[in-house]
Amino acid sequence: MSYYAGKYDVAVIGAGHAGCEAALAAARLGMKTLMFSISLEAVANMPCNPHIGGSSKGHLVREIDCLGGEMGKNIDKSYIQLKMLNTSKGPAVYSLRAQADRKKYQAEMKHTLEKQENLFIKQAEIVNITLENNRVKSIETNIGAIYDVDAIIVATGTYLKGKIFIGENSFESGPDGVFPSNRLSECLKNLGVNLVRFKTGTPARINKKSIDFSKMEIQEGEKDIEAFSLEDEIDTNKEQLPCYLTYTNSKTHEIIRKNLHRSPLYGGEIKGTGPRYCPSIEDKVVRFADKERHQVFIEPMGENTDEMYVQGMSSSLPEDVQIAMYRTLPGLENAEFTRPAYAIEYDCIDPSDLKLSLEYKKIENLFFAGQTNGTSGYEEAASQGLIAGINAVQKIKEKKPIILSRSQAYIGVLIDDIVTKGTNEPYRMMTSRAEYRLLLRQDNADLRLTEIGHEVGLISDERYNRFIEKKKNVEKEIERIKKLTIKPTEDVNKFLEKYNSSRISAGVKMSDLLKRTELNYKALSEIDKERPCLTKAETQEVEIQVKYEGYIKMQEEQVEKFRKLEDKYLSENINYDDIKGLRIEARQKLNKIKPQSIGQASRISGVSPADVSVLLIYLEQLKRK
Amino acid sequence: MDVIAAISTATGSGGIGIIRMSGKDCFEVLNKIFIPKNKDKANGYSIKYGNIYDEKNNIVDEVLVSYFYAPKSYTTENMCEINSHGGIVVERKILELCLNNGAALAEPGEFTKRAFLNGRIDLVQAESVIDLINSKSEKEAKASINQLEGKLSNNINMNKGKLLDIMADVEASIDYPEYDIEDVTNKKVLDALDDIEKSLRKISNSFKNGKVLREGIKTAIVGKPNAGKSSLLNTILNEDRAIVSETKGTTRDTIEEFVSIDGITLKLIDTAGIRDTNDEIEQIGVKKSKKLIDEAELVLAIFDGTKPLETDDIKILELIKNKNAIILLNKIDILDTILDQDVNIINAQKNVIKISAKNGDNIEELYNTISDMYQINDIDIDDGEILTNIRHKNQIDEAIKSIGNARDTIEKNMPVDIIEIYLKQILSDLGKITGDDITEDIINEIFSKFCLGK
Repeated sequence: MSYYAGKYDVAVIGAGHAGCEAALAAARLGMKTLMFSISLEAVANMPCNPHIGGSSKGHLVREIDCLGGEMGKNIDKSYIQLKMLNTSKGPAVYSLRAQADRKKYQAEMKHTLEKQENLFIKQAEIVNITLENNRVKSIETNIGAIYDVDAIIVATGTYLKGKIFIGENSFESGPDGVFPSNRLSECLKNLGVNLVRFKTGTPARINKKSIDFSKMEIQEGEKDIEAFSLEDEIDTNKEQLPCYLTYTNSKTHEIIRKNLHRSPLYGGEIKGTGPRYCPSIEDKVVRFADKERHQVFIEPMGENTDEMYVQGMSSSLPEDVQIAMYRTLPGLENAEFTRPAYAIEYDCIDPSDLKLSLEYKKIENLFFAGQTNGTSGYEEAASQGLIAGINAVQKIKEKKPIILSRSQAYIGVLIDDIVTKGTNEPYRMMTSRAEYRLLLRQDNADLRLTEIGHEVGLISDERYNRFIEKKKNVEKEIERIKKLTIKPTEDVNKFLEKYNSSRISAGVKMSDLLKRTELNYKALSEIDKERPCLTKAETQEVEIQVKYEGYIKMQEEQVEKFRKLEDKYLSENINYDDIKGLRIEARQKLNKIKPQSIGQASRISGVSPADVSVLLIYLEQLKRK
Repeated sequence: MDVIAAISTATGSGGIGIIRMSGKDCFEVLNKIFIPKNKDKANGYSIKYGNIYDEKNNIVDEVLVSYFYAPKSYTTENMCEINSHGGIVVERKILELCLNNGAALAEPGEFTKRAFLNGRIDLVQAESVIDLINSKSEKEAKASINQLEGKLSNNINMNKGKLLDIMADVEASIDYPEYDIEDVTNKKVLDALDDIEKSLRKISNSFKNGKVLREGIKTAIVGKPNAGKSSLLNTILNEDRAIVSETKGTTRDTIEEFVSIDGITLKLIDTAGIRDTNDEIEQIGVKKSKKLIDEAELVLAIFDGTKPLETDDIKILELIKNKNAIILLNKIDILDTILDQDVNIINAQKNVIKISAKNGDNIEELYNTISDMYQINDIDIDDGEILTNIRHKNQIDEAIKSIGNARDTIEKNMPVDIIEIYLKQILSDLGKITGDDITEDIINEIFSKFCLGK
């Protein structure tokens, strides 16, 4: 029996990293928002690695924060180790990474959700979505509650028809022992949503007391470091937990090779496509047969648990094989499993069926976000959740969707990539995917996005004003050091010699001294007495903007060129079959993707430069008519 | 689309000229001017024999017409090609008849543009085809075909491969900092850049030869009045095989004529003054010669061998001092000249050939000398490094510039992500020639090389 349970504005299906951001954004923007999870114990779970951030992912978290999302604040409350990666590789790729206390992360997020005004969290499985005039109308739970809603955000992660494989054993399951969502998958299919099968996997968890850490390299965190959220300060006295590094060896590889026939991956039972960047250990051993050893990281799962995560050893081999091969690693000779490694197969959509707003092209007000869009990673999921949440609200309020460009944010690159090109494996963000990496730094995420977050309504006036203040201070200081002439006094030259920098014989601008690789802003304070008092973040901004000015300018010029095609808009109503001169493949692809601009069209695989020229000529013709 | 027509062979070369028409109604235009012997409907890819008639029903030429039906034609439209044997005047007459009967004169490259707009060919192909159309000698035709077949692409791809190899190392170390990927040393990057630059320069330099092949060597004929300039010109032009084309500028003294000598195209500049010996320009002599010599890449300096050198002759010899030039001692039909013993001629240190411009005596020796000077036969077109397309050349030069920039950043000790900007730029410059998605290339390379992830 079903019953009518009321009218809400937005319903979010799923309470993972995408669902949480989507629900919070919608509720914070004043929408009466529902959020469903099969188990409320699984809110914001990290069923795989217990860390957040890292290369490009750290960038995503910053961007989420500057748009008013929650992930950054939540990890700031629950980290157990912090590190800044890539510091020697240049300002564009500095990446903050945190080990998370997984349970604490969940609890903090759950509490934030519970406290949020306008947000109603329900433990229930969604089994049906109904439409009216091809627009979402209502949503039904497994226990018969029917809610009328204006918009739905599907953020079901790996739950849709989830199936776990451990060797010869397989069973229907969501991640971490939670029920899968089977009926919703059928419902989506009936609504005409195309589903594909993807696969991912996770390594075993091991009890700490069974590990001999003395045989491993210890990897400590860093204390004097910044927070993910620009609203937070890091407690520099906080005790951090270390990670450990060990290696596989020929014995490990031998066990794997001998037992490959027992892997469902190699036996053919797993049909889903797995990601290249998250290969199982058996994949690594097969594909890189000549590699003598692979790195394995042992990471803590939290402060109040002795479970340790074993990064680098994901597997779908039977448990007995897993135990045998794990025990070949130095330090893991007596390893006691708490949870075995497993592979999981799940339904997800083809993201190229989405608009750049993350709305499903063929169904009004139905949005998708997160791993169900064929991506992978908590940060990728959260980014999409935030954007889907914002855009569901924009849609209800009949406002234009928020679409970030590739030159504006990694989030823009991520969404443009999956929507424009689709993906044939779970998509992971990488800095190499960004064309304008030097402009998309984590230090300037606020300069890139605070304005947008504020306009949308997720960034408070107070934070916005602080941002404006910072922006002004940075601009003023850059202007000052560009005007400030340093005279070639003996003191100055002594200072320069100290830093192995060449002497000056005529006046030189302070900004030009800062550009010298061997000098930095902090050191230059010695010969810059009238320097204003700036915050650490402001200092960093001044330094990067001045030091890399030429390169930044060059990328900005590239962006200008890039924008020319991005600003040539293509209507959703174009029937590409009517455009003479497009090749058949291009017509089909363009009709499917319905790109927003010629720029987006040019990134569709199967659309050649010739097709782009044809589109340009077509637009030109339209204009002339 | 409207019917377009043009003479599609280089004017006047050899015996056959082709007038080409394209457009839905091109056969209607054709039927108004062509009466075939066999009046049955022509099949696609078939040829009919018949006559072209003018407005007054006089036979203009005996021709063969090839029929192509849409979409199986170069432009994917209805097309026909009229093969005429009558030389330039007749070809122009036929074209004129087409135009008078409903066809429009094709813009330069319009057939290819239509082929392109109709989705028949892609950008690289289109550009190569345009070059093929414009090519003025057999050698260049071969170079164009090589580009179509991807020899240039292969070469570019090889260089891209070297770069990708380095970039995958750098990018993997950035995107997977926790893994023990060996840091890429600056030396390794520099070595790879040197290697790639060398190869790209080789390709780029071959453009110079390509340009010679396509545009012809700017050649001036100079000499004082009555030295035999016009006789020489006429001798060269009157040899059937030699005349390639003629383009008229806005003023008559910019007439240029193309001749093909052993596969080398000479572009004879400013032949107007030479043709009309009564012209005032001819009388200007030395003054005019100076301007010509400045412009030219090759100078044919002609002297009257029957007379001792005069002041004007010596001035000309001075003007050609730093030029590629051939000294022609003319009129051996009248007198076996001894001017080659003249100290001024010897000191000029140029090739000296005794000829009779009037009879054509020793003209072959002139041709052989030109051929030797440009060593065109030594260019190995088959190694795929002949570049004839200016767009490709520019793109390669951009890549070379980016290599320089990358080197600069390395020398300035910039961090690796800054260096990467230029490495990516090089890759993107090269990718524009072959049309690949460079981001995908990099990521594929990372995953094929490294073993990363949980």
